[in-house]
Amino acid sequence: MITNKAYMAFGLLLAGLVVLGLAGDRFLLYISMRIMILAIFALGFDILFGRTGLLSFGHGAFYAGGAYGVALCYMHLAKDPLLCLLAGVLLATGLALVIGFFCVRHTEIYFAMLTLAFGMMVFSLIWNLREITGGDDGLVGVGRQAINLGLFKIPLRKESEFYFLVLAFFTGAIWVAHRIRTSPFGLILAGIRENDRRTEFAGVNIRNYRLAAFVISGAMAGLAGGLGVLLESNATPHISHWSHSSDPVLVGLIGGLNTLAGPLVGSLVFVGLKELVMRFTTYWMLFFGVVLLIILLGFRGGVVGTLVQRLAGRREVRS
Amino acid sequence: MLQSIVHVCLAGLSQGMFIWLVASGLTLIFGVLGVLNFAHGSFYMLGAYFCFMVLRALGENFWWGLLLGPVCVAAVGYLVERFFLRRVYGLELPYQLLLTFAFVLLFDDLVKIFWGAASIGTPPAPGLADSIMILGRRFPSYNLFVIAVGPLLALGLWGLLEKTWAGRIIRASSSDREMASALGVKVPTLFTAVFVFGTWLGALGGGLAVPYLGLLTPGMGEQIIIEAFVVAVIGGLGSLKGAFLGALVIGLLSAFGTRFLPTFDMFLTFILMAGVLLWRPQGFFGEAR
Repeated sequence: MITNKAYMAFGLLLAGLVVLGLAGDRFLLYISMRIMILAIFALGFDILFGRTGLLSFGHGAFYAGGAYGVALCYMHLAKDPLLCLLAGVLLATGLALVIGFFCVRHTEIYFAMLTLAFGMMVFSLIWNLREITGGDDGLVGVGRQAINLGLFKIPLRKESEFYFLVLAFFTGAIWVAHRIRTSPFGLILAGIRENDRRTEFAGVNIRNYRLAAFVISGAMAGLAGGLGVLLESNATPHISHWSHSSDPVLVGLIGGLNTLAGPLVGSLVFVGLKELVMRFTTYWMLFFGVVLLIILLGFRGGVVGTLVQRLAGRREVRS
Repeated sequence: MLQSIVHVCLAGLSQGMFIWLVASGLTLIFGVLGVLNFAHGSFYMLGAYFCFMVLRALGENFWWGLLLGPVCVAAVGYLVERFFLRRVYGLELPYQLLLTFAFVLLFDDLVKIFWGAASIGTPPAPGLADSIMILGRRFPSYNLFVIAVGPLLALGLWGLLEKTWAGRIIRASSSDREMASALGVKVPTLFTAVFVFGTWLGALGGGLAVPYLGLLTPGMGEQIIIEAFVVAVIGGLGSLKGAFLGALVIGLLSAFGTRFLPTFDMFLTFILMAGVLLWRPQGFFGEAR
């Protein structure tokens, strides 16, 4: 249900982010970019987990696909950031297509295990193929060259310049997620989550739809990974490990599954909390473990879901 | 050449036995409760650290640590099942999986808080500290002990499940929870008992690993849980026989991989896991669902 109010809220959010980009200091911009990049990752992941009901433990592989695609393109082919990002997203999409082709044959626990196995395969390749990926050192020294548009160039070197590229992709990702949610395609995905047997009997080839959701989420993970490597200027093998694949799961649960605002709120809370906790203690995992427990036991709708429930409840009382 | 192959086999067997100890608890819990327990690797880690703590307190004697450490961890397992896991049995699988994942995060940091983030060196086991000659090369006698313990434990588990009253109840509840409940089995109590026992098995693996590894590191559970998943999947989720044979296969495969194909040894393990999941999702000894 997208109302005018929701459109206005997103408009305000974007306006606020533009103002932030013009006025914020470097640290604030860096944190905001990390939040937006994680949000792109989580928006894609929610299409698969929140919408279609498939829990993947291997999406770190596609994030890494995007990151290493960008880094390798920068080092060997072309230095233009948009071309590099294109290469990264293509690599991640290709990976997702191949891996997804096998994974969507199963659901639930077997699907989770399969994605885990394939994700760790990618991790082991990145870890061991030192000549290409740099092994445990990763690939370092990915710069941000200016985007060359022929007549003029858009510089990206400074945080305040790169910020707007991230913001543009972030807006694009929200638009894509919104389009999917309101399309017949998105409804079929939700149908598959609710009752796959019935959806199949309605004449839908559910395996193809699951694969489509898988590839879209993989491509968005790749975009996030590519932007991440441009932000941090290096790619490390850790991002393909299964423990990194759990980040978008946590974000989704904190924010709220199967909502558009959920991944955005979740990313904000995730990065914000992590930064805050890390100022006082290095034990942020303990903190997140407790948060996860509280959410799972009490607030399974996440922040957004719980808020929506509260508001809806109040409205019912009034009427 | 023969000497080298025999030694690689022995190394693979001892590695496989640790994976088996962790995978046995994992498999038992999955078979009865239907929960895939991510935190099982953490119980392995806690088993090692508790064993070390008891060993320190009781005069550097490893055997006391092995006896008492896993029991302490089983108590932790009781708390986890009774107060947390029990509340999510009715929910969808991802939620159960993620609840156990929350404990992975918790225990990883708790271990760092109590014992520090750095690795801790551990003493060898009294009486098994030396090594013996096999085909002209030294092999630690403790590793032989581990290779012997694994099958003994498998035998014990088999006897428990097939020959005792408790085992029959466990098998009955595993194949049909509702029917067992209708016949008077107290399913919640049984679930708690099986979870605690499974936790003890994982912790026992961790305790046994103390002299074998010689080092305790806070991340030690994350590595073995993935291997245990692989083993549980290959053997068939819920099948103990499958877990035992799967652990042997993975132990040997990784030992030979490390020796002859070091670049792809991890890759081989996971391609085996994916292959089995694709062509025989019920594993080699699991029942088709």
